Amino acid sequence: MADVRRVISVLVENESSVLSRISGLFAGRGYNIETLTVAPVPESNLSHITIATKGSLRVLEQITKQLHKLVPVYKVIEHNKMVEKEMVLVKFPIEQNLADIQVLCGAYNGGIVNVGESMIIGMVADEPCRVKHFIQATKRYNPIEVVRGGVVAIER
Amino acid sequence: MNINGAQMVCEAIIAEGVTTVFGYPGGAIMNVYDEIYKQNGFEHILNRHEQASVHAADGYARATGEVGVAMVTSGPGFTNAVTGLATAYMDSIPMVVISGQVPLSLIGTDGFQEIDAVGISRPCTKHNYLVRDISDLPRILKEAFHIARTGRPGPVLVDVPKDITAEFGEFIYPKSVNIPSYKPTYKGNTRQIDKAVDAILKAKKPLLYIGGGVVLSNASDLVRKLAEMSQIPAVETLMARGVMGASNPLLQGMLGMHGNYSSNMAMSETDLVISLGARFDDRVTGKLSEFAKYADVIHVDIDPANIGKLVDVDYPIVGDVKVVLEKFIEGLEGRVDPERYTDWLEVLERYDNLHPQSYVDSDEVIKPQWAIERLGQLVGEQAIITSDVGQHQMWAAQHYPFDRPRQWINSGGLGTMGFGFPAALGAKKAFPDKTVINITGDGSILMNVQELVTASEYKIPVINVILNNHFLGMVRQWQTFFYEERYSATDLTFQPNYKALAEACHGIGYDVTTKAEFDDAIKDAIKKDKVAFINVQVARFENVLPMVPAAGALYNMMLPTKETK
Repeated sequence: MADVRRVISVLVENESSVLSRISGLFAGRGYNIETLTVAPVPESNLSHITIATKGSLRVLEQITKQLHKLVPVYKVIEHNKMVEKEMVLVKFPIEQNLADIQVLCGAYNGGIVNVGESMIIGMVADEPCRVKHFIQATKRYNPIEVVRGGVVAIER
Repeated sequence: MNINGAQMVCEAIIAEGVTTVFGYPGGAIMNVYDEIYKQNGFEHILNRHEQASVHAADGYARATGEVGVAMVTSGPGFTNAVTGLATAYMDSIPMVVISGQVPLSLIGTDGFQEIDAVGISRPCTKHNYLVRDISDLPRILKEAFHIARTGRPGPVLVDVPKDITAEFGEFIYPKSVNIPSYKPTYKGNTRQIDKAVDAILKAKKPLLYIGGGVVLSNASDLVRKLAEMSQIPAVETLMARGVMGASNPLLQGMLGMHGNYSSNMAMSETDLVISLGARFDDRVTGKLSEFAKYADVIHVDIDPANIGKLVDVDYPIVGDVKVVLEKFIEGLEGRVDPERYTDWLEVLERYDNLHPQSYVDSDEVIKPQWAIERLGQLVGEQAIITSDVGQHQMWAAQHYPFDRPRQWINSGGLGTMGFGFPAALGAKKAFPDKTVINITGDGSILMNVQELVTASEYKIPVINVILNNHFLGMVRQWQTFFYEERYSATDLTFQPNYKALAEACHGIGYDVTTKAEFDDAIKDAIKKDKVAFINVQVARFENVLPMVPAAGALYNMMLPTKETK
């Protein structure tokens, strides 16, 4: 079976060891994690974990079921109808053309967020594949550092 | 009631109706042991190794169906308990293990006897807790017992820092549990059940594939009823021995790597697998692409993750096998024609006549299979049989006439050598009036041999029948078949004097080399109220057959060469 990419949203009880339970499950059962983000859900004692993963359909089904088996896991959402966004920060040398970078970031729903003595920082938040394209496009401006934030997703 | 954490632990154990706790004290759990000293709600058995404590609690749980409880200290006490946790986890045994932990203020400082118990035990427990606040303790204890015994059962660890056991707090043991994220499904989906019933009615060669879940769910009577009314043949996994009863004509036997011919052929030729609380383990299926190749699959399991994990399922039913079986019986009542499967049963009978479960007996030397059969004749239904892991385990599963569930206690999933003796102690504590016999090997018995002392001290007279072939027999068998007889590290010619060893620990020992001595030793050991080692010299190079080589197709069995019995 061919591998499929999937984004899985997990609502968990916000307790101290819950992230290790989830990352440990993936490591122990040999599942793949592409990205993983965690943040508390406002005004609740839940946290929202978003995992981008890859695997055969059988493995993806197992991932969902095994996640659900964990006692602190409240809900597992896994389907195609997700709005996905990812943020990325890119640091450029100050010598690069500021206007070019401004336009480039703008084309991907972002902009310049910081300019220092020796560097410029651009930020983009967009769909994961567009973020990939953006990073590709920044290559000619000699980026010093790229930091991706991991995928967050919400049901449509 | 304002009491300290240690008292809370004891109160919870008493409230849960646990009468025996197995454990071993140490620094971090001393406060709890101080309270154990003062109370009289339960008995504490001091094993001589933490692993044995956990196996004993496990044996107690398997024999009774209730939650077993073990108690250990932090650090090495806990790490010794890990094998016990993993054993129970793989076989879905309800158990609560309480471990001491260094005080909260020391956690993370590499304190004396500090180890991250919750981190280590995460993959081998159903759930685990580190108690961080005394006010959480009553709830956590209640949840631990609840999680252990509900849904797919399993072991739960509660790691309690020493300062928490000393701290005082308000104790009201909760009456109920509310974990919004934990709601096991018991009732199967009605539509799926109806479809499955229709599939059973349409099938020509259906087969009941019975797993350990039937034992855990106490659903054996219903399985027997279903088989009886429909005349559908059945096969049992290693964990389900006893469910159908050895003399049941519908029972083909055990299937899998060491299953008998008709069971494995039944699975290879069936057109409908009715899987009840089984999980398609690799030791059962052999080569997956050849497994039940012509069959649709009904899979009843309380754990949805088991369904579709290895085999594609046509009728998935998530639920308690007991509840689902009631629905099956209801749906089949008056509709199923027991005559329908006569041809199918005849085919299976021919297979069984062609290659029955057999061995070549000898007059010169005791064959291990003979010893098991003879044991069955001597103690039969009234005994509880535990086992260790290896050839003796398979022979016991093949040849002992198990008549009821929970009569057969062994480590199936993890395959833990050293399990049988302490598990026998747990079973004997639960059923002091029953004869409890651990069928073991000369390899396995040494892995928890210190329990001789425990058994003697507390007068828990279990009988260990050591099938002694001076080999790590199962590994030796693989070396014979697959490693050109290079017996690397499996020769156990150098061994202790088992009789003297038992006697040194205030037990009783027997050396057995003939069939007559075997009978005498068993009968004498049952009469004597002492822990016993019966050291039986058996044929050295006997192999467990039939055998399906690992990852081979079930229908390609290595069979015994000569059938004379």
